[in-house]
Amino acid sequence: MTRLRFREPSIIPGFRLTFGFTILYLCLIVLIPIVGLYVKTFELDWPRFVQIVTGPRFLAALRLSFGASLLAATFNVVVGLIVAWVLVRYRFIGRRLLDAIVDLPFALPTAVAGIALTALYVPSGWLGSLFSPLGVTIAYTPIGIWIALVFIGLPFVVRTVQPVLEDFDREVEEAAATLGAGRRTTILRVVLPPLIPAILTGFALAFARAVGEYGSVIFIAGHIPRQTAIPPPPTVFPLEERYYPAAAAIAAVMLTVSFLILLLINLIQAWSNRRFGNG
Amino acid sequence: MADTPPAPAVSSRPERIVFRSPVTEARPVRLLLIGISVAVLGLFLVLPLVSVFVQAVNLGLGPALATFSDPEAVSAIWLTLLVAAIAVPCNLVFGIAAAWAIAKYRFPGRTFLVSLIDLPFSVSPVVAGLVYVLLFGPFTPLGAWLLADFGVRIIFAVPGVVMATIFVTFPFIARELIPLMQDQGTGDEEAALSLGASGWQTFWRVTLPNVKWALLYGVLLCNARAMGEFGAVAVISGKLRGETVTVPLQIELFYQEFRALAQVSAFSLAAILAGLALVTLVIKSWLEWRYADQLAATRKH
Repeated sequence: MTRLRFREPSIIPGFRLTFGFTILYLCLIVLIPIVGLYVKTFELDWPRFVQIVTGPRFLAALRLSFGASLLAATFNVVVGLIVAWVLVRYRFIGRRLLDAIVDLPFALPTAVAGIALTALYVPSGWLGSLFSPLGVTIAYTPIGIWIALVFIGLPFVVRTVQPVLEDFDREVEEAAATLGAGRRTTILRVVLPPLIPAILTGFALAFARAVGEYGSVIFIAGHIPRQTAIPPPPTVFPLEERYYPAAAAIAAVMLTVSFLILLLINLIQAWSNRRFGNG
Repeated sequence: MADTPPAPAVSSRPERIVFRSPVTEARPVRLLLIGISVAVLGLFLVLPLVSVFVQAVNLGLGPALATFSDPEAVSAIWLTLLVAAIAVPCNLVFGIAAAWAIAKYRFPGRTFLVSLIDLPFSVSPVVAGLVYVLLFGPFTPLGAWLLADFGVRIIFAVPGVVMATIFVTFPFIARELIPLMQDQGTGDEEAALSLGASGWQTFWRVTLPNVKWALLYGVLLCNARAMGEFGAVAVISGKLRGETVTVPLQIELFYQEFRALAQVSAFSLAAILAGLALVTLVIKSWLEWRYADQLAATRKH
């Protein structure tokens, strides 16, 4: 009697227990609820579904959210590259502190970040009062949303680029310099290309996080349902729906967007493994 | 005599200036880049943190401390502690089990399983909360059945808050342990087993000590997120004051009352969470600095 073997033989006990528990817990907490969301969407017929997910308010919200997220992620790539470079390459007093501060947005609850940023940027706040004489309002405008998204996305670029930069072989740079390349040429032609997968991954992670963000944005956007001039974050829409399948449809769209970004990140990683032999 | 330059100073100086490593930038460029980093991190990250503490004591220390005798605030703090005390151990057990199954055996689909475990990180917290509302809400078959037959209310009640928190903190511990245990391989366990140790003995005496710092690291991050989660919990809690409101939600409720005293209360509670974040960062940095070799895999996420 031949038995198809699922796993390779091992003398270590506990496979059934740990594997079974892992799958059970994963299904109960993550998979079944997510599948349930998509199933719920099928209670709608197609025209109704299209009508819901192409509502003008929802599209306006998506546009604002995607726009602000793109701008924030782009800003984070530039600044994140500089910060990662400084942390890896230079030795200065306070470097370790700076390194620790980068993780602050990961550790600080989004609601706290939200009220803190709002307090800073309202016209009477420390920073808002600097801008209001110029006629620039930050809190409760798209600029405020951009600032909140920069805050939450910054660590992603730094933390994806930093390890790649740490592993980078300095001898390659020395070789470039020996061969007569100036510093700018070395950085643009030798250092930057292997960093591109990490930069793209960091960008995608920051963007994905920004599109799904709620906590920090909701405060600085000053969202009061049907009263605020600027559209709320798109994740708010399913919450305003009283009809469950409609809410599920919008949530399913948001979920699909994040899965597509996740797929993109995995493709970048696979490409990077082939091209540069690192993650 | 007065315009005779001090000879030794001049002769020693050019040598220091002339040599510059070809693989670093000129000093002004370095200072500029460090300056930009400090400025951006200071402006975007540190200043909001400082403002939380300043706003909390805006009206003096008295009103700030009075927050902690407000019954709603106290109940929110207890609920947050309760939720973290359930969610973190659940994900701890899961993290260990998943890491054991994935790192100690070879079977097809391991990489896919790791991707599935990471899935909750890419789901927006609000959508995560909503997913549970759609599954267990009072108007769904499952929710109605649980309520009618068992009297168990999940949505707009504490169990829902706990479940949403478990969802958003799901991968934290597993993803710290899996790469580390994969790096460590199975040699130590096989040695222990061949010397006659039982499976549990091997786990407690060999595997656990090998991963204890990574485990602590994961628990730390998991706990910080569990206590600070806002979006997912906001959807599912129904914000019943004094019942299903956690600290981040209570911050929102205080913040939306436009009284000066409520504002102080909001920022006082926020200061507690900010303090928790700072403690988390300090311990995290200390672990990374002291036990970098035993967390090695984790720095590469």
